[in-house]
Amino acid sequence: MSLRRPSKEQPKNFEFNPDSLEAAKAIIAKYPKDKQQSAVMALLYIAQKQNSNWIPLSAMKCIGKFLDMPYIKVYEVATFYTMYNLAPVGKHFIQVCTTTPCMIRGAYKLVEACKEKISENENELSKNQSCSWMEVECLGACVNAPMMQINNDYYEDLDKEKTLKILDKILTGKTLKPGSYRGRINNEPENNRKTLMDLKNA
Amino acid sequence: MLKDKDRIFQNLYNDNGSDVVSSKKRGDWTNTKNLIDKGRDWIITEVKASELRGRGGAGFPTGLKWSFAPKEVGLRPHYLVINGDESEPGTCKDRDILRFEPHKLIEGCLIAAYAVQAHVCYIYIRGEYFVDGEKLQAAIDEAYEKNLIGKNASGSGWDLDIYIHYGAGAYICGEETALLESIEGKKGQPRLKPPFPALIGLYGCPTIINNVETIAVIPTILRRGGKWFASLGKAKNTGTKIFCISGNVNNPCNVEEEMSIPLKELIEVHAGGVIGGWDNLQAVIPGGSSMPLIPQKTCETLTMDFDSLVVEKSGLGTAGIVVINKDQDIIKCMARIARFYKHESCGQCTPCREGTGWMWRMLERMAKGEASRDEVEMLEDVTTQIAGHTICAFGEGSSWPVQGLLRHFKKEIEQRNNFNPTFDKGKNIPYLVDQHLLNKKDA
Repeated sequence: MSLRRPSKEQPKNFEFNPDSLEAAKAIIAKYPKDKQQSAVMALLYIAQKQNSNWIPLSAMKCIGKFLDMPYIKVYEVATFYTMYNLAPVGKHFIQVCTTTPCMIRGAYKLVEACKEKISENENELSKNQSCSWMEVECLGACVNAPMMQINNDYYEDLDKEKTLKILDKILTGKTLKPGSYRGRINNEPENNRKTLMDLKNA
Repeated sequence: MLKDKDRIFQNLYNDNGSDVVSSKKRGDWTNTKNLIDKGRDWIITEVKASELRGRGGAGFPTGLKWSFAPKEVGLRPHYLVINGDESEPGTCKDRDILRFEPHKLIEGCLIAAYAVQAHVCYIYIRGEYFVDGEKLQAAIDEAYEKNLIGKNASGSGWDLDIYIHYGAGAYICGEETALLESIEGKKGQPRLKPPFPALIGLYGCPTIINNVETIAVIPTILRRGGKWFASLGKAKNTGTKIFCISGNVNNPCNVEEEMSIPLKELIEVHAGGVIGGWDNLQAVIPGGSSMPLIPQKTCETLTMDFDSLVVEKSGLGTAGIVVINKDQDIIKCMARIARFYKHESCGQCTPCREGTGWMWRMLERMAKGEASRDEVEMLEDVTTQIAGHTICAFGEGSSWPVQGLLRHFKKEIEQRNNFNPTFDKGKNIPYLVDQHLLNKKDA
């Protein structure tokens, strides 16, 4: 199990803003009547998005009231799932996959790059306060290894140099095109495609 | 090699776009109404005739699973749930279906929902695939707009609503009952079975759960006939399958191939061979990280299907092939997988919660050569105490890779960890290290 602790510094209050409220109501409508508890995961995402990418305890209380469920149940969910950040992270949140398929293709070189450019330790803000990074478990893009996720986007087929370049741009606030950084198209075998050739040439 | 016309996922590499118009050109949604008009029994018989086995890892026959749904809808509605939580290291096939062939999946949902009499379908996608989920949502919106799903979907008289539910980074939610707990808004901790979800599942109602790939191949099977699908591969291991070949190969890729294809052909032809040549191959994990690895000498003749891998004491799993060459330290590789399982254990059953950490710590020390001689036996003992003593199959999934390592690479471990604690007292070796003292602070 992973160890997860809420941040020590917590804001006192949290309220959904009108946009979030509308999104939350649309989510609840997906589930059967009286089963609004199902929406808790989506609502935590909404709260996380509203509160600059992390969830304070007051947001959990707010969601508990909103969905008519005990606060502890919301807390359980928020601490169980690893994608809910319980402490502040950077505006650009970088997650490097280091599970075996990525590791054997050099994922720890990416970690080195993050240590050089962002911060010595995981979950620490960079000097300009805009980025933080962490190691994560398999992100499900194994044939594009090594790879990392920055906010919602996947950056694939990396090596240390490319990562350094990407991080440089991210640190200056630019956004980059996600996808493969070796120029290959999606998950096809690079320069070695033997299948579906008619479609490729069409 | 499979002929191109027999490949189900024509848009696997997104040559032609994934919108509804280009999907229709590839044959999706062409006669969905006719297929549904043939009736429930015909659909289930045809799926049974195709001998399709679930693509999510366990390989349970799909037609049989559908026939477990109650024949009459009682007081409780039926649900269809699609498992797109793909988190198994080495596997990335469902992602390509979600983003490039979403209409195959949506059409499959409609047919499956009709077959099991469900009016609501939830597609559970792992939270990290947010961008791919948005592509699927766009496809769902298109389908609603063209009345392919919704009220009187595709003119079939059946109503179907499809909703996406995002996970949030828990591997265990790929287990079907944990997935249901997660949709209900709880921690993803598996339930005891029985009762099976087919009778008591989501919100206590009959629920059928299938993998994304399983559902996405259904429309093509019905169009071309169960017999066509059964003619590919070999008996009881029929059809085509998306293989993900990752690790130390020259061209890692996803490719759809016939079941029972030789492993060597997959690696040499599609993935451009092992880095450093075939002789540089050390081992292959054949079906996602939870399947025991296969040493090089077996790889020569191995065919990739459920039954022949069971003979080798491994399994096809999700068909995520991880190739490990001789430049890698195999013990370190397995220690990293053990860390994955330690991180992802849901914490419900003690053998798994504690045992996965044990295995990781022992392997980590074995990789460094800091373990004592008798600990190798102890590690084996720990794995057997986890497997079979937990609510869900995570116990097996976490201990099998370690057992595979011990089965094939015991000599390497013993060579490296050849010290005897009673003699080498002077060496300062951390024996029972607390996990927090190891290289990661809050792992």
